[in-house]
Amino acid sequence: MTAAIELMDVRKAFGPTPIIRGVSLTIEAGSRQALIGPNGAGKSTLFNLITGKYPVSAGRIRLKGEDVTGRRPHEINRRGLSRSFQVTNIFPWLSVFENVRCSLLWPLGYGYSFWHRVDAAREARERTERVLEQLNLAGRRHLPAGVLSYAEQRALEIGITIAGGADVILLDEPTSGMSRSETEQVVQLIRQVTVGKTLLMVEHDMSVVFDLADRIAVLVYGQIIAHDAPERIRANAAVQEAYLGLPQDGGGQAPALR
Amino acid sequence: MSLPAAARSLDVTAAGRAGWLRRYALWLGAAALLMALPHVVRTSAAIPVMNQMGIAIVFALSYNMLLGQGGMLSFGHAVYFGLGGFVAAHVLNLAGRGVVWVPVPLLPLVGGLGGLGFAVLYGSFSTRRAGTVFAMISLGVGEMMAASSLIFDKFFGGEEGITANRTKAPLLLGLSFSTDRQVYYLIAFWVLVAAALMYAFSRTPVGRLANAVRDNPERAEFVGYSAPLVRFVSFCAAGFFAGVAGGLFAVNYEILTAANMGLAASGAVLLMTYIGGIGSFVGPVLGAILFTFLQSMLSDYTGIWLLYLGLLFLATVLFVPMGLAGVLMMHAPAWRAGRVAHLVPAYVAVALAALVAVAGVVGLLEMIHFLVTAPAAAATKRLFWTTIAVRTPVPWLAFTALAVAGALAARRVGPRAAAALAQASRPPAS
Amino acid sequence: MFELIFFSLLNGLVFGLLLFMLSSGLTLIFGMMGVLNFAHAGFYMLGAYFGYAVSRALGFWPAIVVAPVLVAVLGVGVERYGLRRVHRFGHVPELIFTFGVAIVIEEMVQLVWGRPAKSFEIPRVLDFALFRFSHGSFPAYKAFMLVISIAIFLFLFAAFTRTRAGLIIQASLTHPGMVAMLGHNVPRVFMVVFGIGSALAGLAGVIAGPVLGTFPGMAQVLGSIVFVVVVIGGLGSLTGALVASLLIGILQTFAVALNVSVGSALASIGVPVDATGPLHDLWRVTVAQVAPIMPYLLLVLILIVRPTGLFGTRET
Repeated sequence: MTAAIELMDVRKAFGPTPIIRGVSLTIEAGSRQALIGPNGAGKSTLFNLITGKYPVSAGRIRLKGEDVTGRRPHEINRRGLSRSFQVTNIFPWLSVFENVRCSLLWPLGYGYSFWHRVDAAREARERTERVLEQLNLAGRRHLPAGVLSYAEQRALEIGITIAGGADVILLDEPTSGMSRSETEQVVQLIRQVTVGKTLLMVEHDMSVVFDLADRIAVLVYGQIIAHDAPERIRANAAVQEAYLGLPQDGGGQAPALR
Repeated sequence: MSLPAAARSLDVTAAGRAGWLRRYALWLGAAALLMALPHVVRTSAAIPVMNQMGIAIVFALSYNMLLGQGGMLSFGHAVYFGLGGFVAAHVLNLAGRGVVWVPVPLLPLVGGLGGLGFAVLYGSFSTRRAGTVFAMISLGVGEMMAASSLIFDKFFGGEEGITANRTKAPLLLGLSFSTDRQVYYLIAFWVLVAAALMYAFSRTPVGRLANAVRDNPERAEFVGYSAPLVRFVSFCAAGFFAGVAGGLFAVNYEILTAANMGLAASGAVLLMTYIGGIGSFVGPVLGAILFTFLQSMLSDYTGIWLLYLGLLFLATVLFVPMGLAGVLMMHAPAWRAGRVAHLVPAYVAVALAALVAVAGVVGLLEMIHFLVTAPAAAATKRLFWTTIAVRTPVPWLAFTALAVAGALAARRVGPRAAAALAQASRPPAS
Repeated sequence: MFELIFFSLLNGLVFGLLLFMLSSGLTLIFGMMGVLNFAHAGFYMLGAYFGYAVSRALGFWPAIVVAPVLVAVLGVGVERYGLRRVHRFGHVPELIFTFGVAIVIEEMVQLVWGRPAKSFEIPRVLDFALFRFSHGSFPAYKAFMLVISIAIFLFLFAAFTRTRAGLIIQASLTHPGMVAMLGHNVPRVFMVVFGIGSALAGLAGVIAGPVLGTFPGMAQVLGSIVFVVVVIGGLGSLTGALVASLLIGILQTFAVALNVSVGSALASIGVPVDATGPLHDLWRVTVAQVAPIMPYLLLVLILIVRPTGLFGTRET
């Protein structure tokens, strides 16, 4: 099975400051994985590198076996990778309905057409409705996205990310700023929409991580120090040291990491 | 307009969305109105003004494809208007000499193609970025074209420009367009067609993405679209329709000069579009009508009409950034709830206060204008239907008092009007 | 020939430094607030007219002080009651606002002073030829302009790099948020910078008015060129503004002085020119006629190739 994402000794420096110092990572297709690490480790930067927002300083990135190093975001997106953002990044003046529909137009093959009437596109409409139902936003479909509550906007953010049918999905802190109940709803949503797809998410909420992830990668100071199943990560001494700053007494229960 | 206000009006409109006839009723009604207008308004001076309005409407709508729909502020859109007009004028001359067969009704299309051609050329490098960089490039291109008009004598006709004669063109269906009225119907036809096409464009995939790119170009990239390419397509479409307006101008006035491409013309379309309201499709239409009306009417009464337009523009930018159409849309919830009548008392109060303040300001400005331009011997001026002795202190004090009093009164009743609107806009109690 | 080069160089220097006085304020405002102040050239025009009015009442030397102050007051007013309001709507409305201010300034000037140009006279004290060279002479007044411009540059340089206020302003240029967190009143810094920038434009107007003419179109004539200078030099960079001003000032002056046709100029450097081809209109034209386009060509080129300008670090 081809890996969904392969990072081969990826490095990124901003000016003289190295942020990503040689990351080699393989995300298997169909798996749900989490990327964790202390603040400033470079998780968002890594996302930005994978999705083409920043060019790498060195190394190569493969998406589903194809080298996408140096490609622009929309080119990477068209090859089946979609991402959400840590700071809500929607289209505030478009209606909720339009927000989702816009993310469907390219996958449905409309391209830069100015000869189709988008209101007559039945499949676009139906798929949008289905996504809105999943997000529980059907009743808000005509409101400008900017007036939604924070949690609704985060849900919409996820909706825009998955609506297009991408099979590699990157979620950047999808539950940040949410209450317990909101988090549970979002976890349910993520579980639903990533069936049969590859998921890589950055998360700080450990309960979410352990709930959803098959494997966890730990990024510290721009390097992956561990990439393993959740239980083994829990017990990993290097991980504990990175989070807590001092070596723990051997084995045993890791303290709650959140 | 603020997001919550937009939400309220959108929410209610959505509930009212319904059938085919209702959707096209607006267009059919507009067509009927346009056809009937010359019969309703019978003054002979009206037709030229209406022709001017029609051209401005197409121009402003094309401009809003960039500004309102695409978020691109251009200071050089008149370039495509002017170049389209020049191309149309040259083709008209060629048609008059029998070199090509292009009847007058097709000339706006020729203009559009001219505008499109140059838009493709200049858009190839202008649209890579939006925002200030785009605005500056558009300014640079505009000034460059205006300056180069003196070099390319043959195309731009030097200082006198290019003239053409529409009656010499080959006839189509026997129409010779020798009268203003016939030109009016041609313009009305093209206004309708161009507006319908531009509206349709906004409902196509690339049109929707233009809105998305305006809102959030980064996000648009992450749903698979190259933001610069979306902007480029919008830019070319806007250039096409600006060229159509230019072609209509060529047919109507039968002369094009470099001034039609210049910063003044680009500034004018910015003003009229913004005053009308960039947030809706109909805003630029309202702005074009209002601007043309003020331009033609005011210039009969006062020499400083451009100052008034500039002040109106500033006031719009500062206090009413959603424009005329936006203000009207803000009243949609109240209209649907049937509570517009509640607004009348507070609104009348504000209107009176504003009128008093405006009268004061206008009086002062007109008197200054008089002092500067009138010969030293002249002492009186006719203003507001009375004769004013400008060189005495009384009128000055009076107008100042009016301006100050009106402004203070407006400040007091303004909040009351806003509160009345908020009250009337509340969703009906279930 | 040598005389032509010599005087063109001198005049180009004078013009270039005048452009610098104008563009320094604009680039600071642009770099700090992200606002392209369309009305900047309008402040220049107001400086000239205020200078004219004050010099008729009190004399030229008081005018040099009073006029920039008046313009600064106006500038501060525009910032505080206009720009600050529009700021929260974004950059595009800010641009549109300053465009509106530019229109209103131009119309108000025409209202109060009328359309014909004003004869703003050079003060008698400076109205002589400083020196002669071959057939040409260099007016003392232009030397005076040079002196003032250089003095301004030195003052700005010293103020920004040696004083605490200057450091705060430099920091606010790139990190206004951080500066605010450190306890400084950033809106007040913006207002002060706007005022200083406007005063500089006004001063440029006072000293240029007698030489370049005091008429309602003077803002438009210089306005676009100043934008070109700012963009080419790089937003927020004073050094860039200086370099670009001198570059454009000297280029323009040389181009205007050259009466050769573009065709022969190109031919003289070996580019083949077809006298009967479709572009022959272009080849027949003199370099002097092409001169007005050059700044805009440069502007468009720079924006395509290097939007941050020669010395700048930000695009918007």
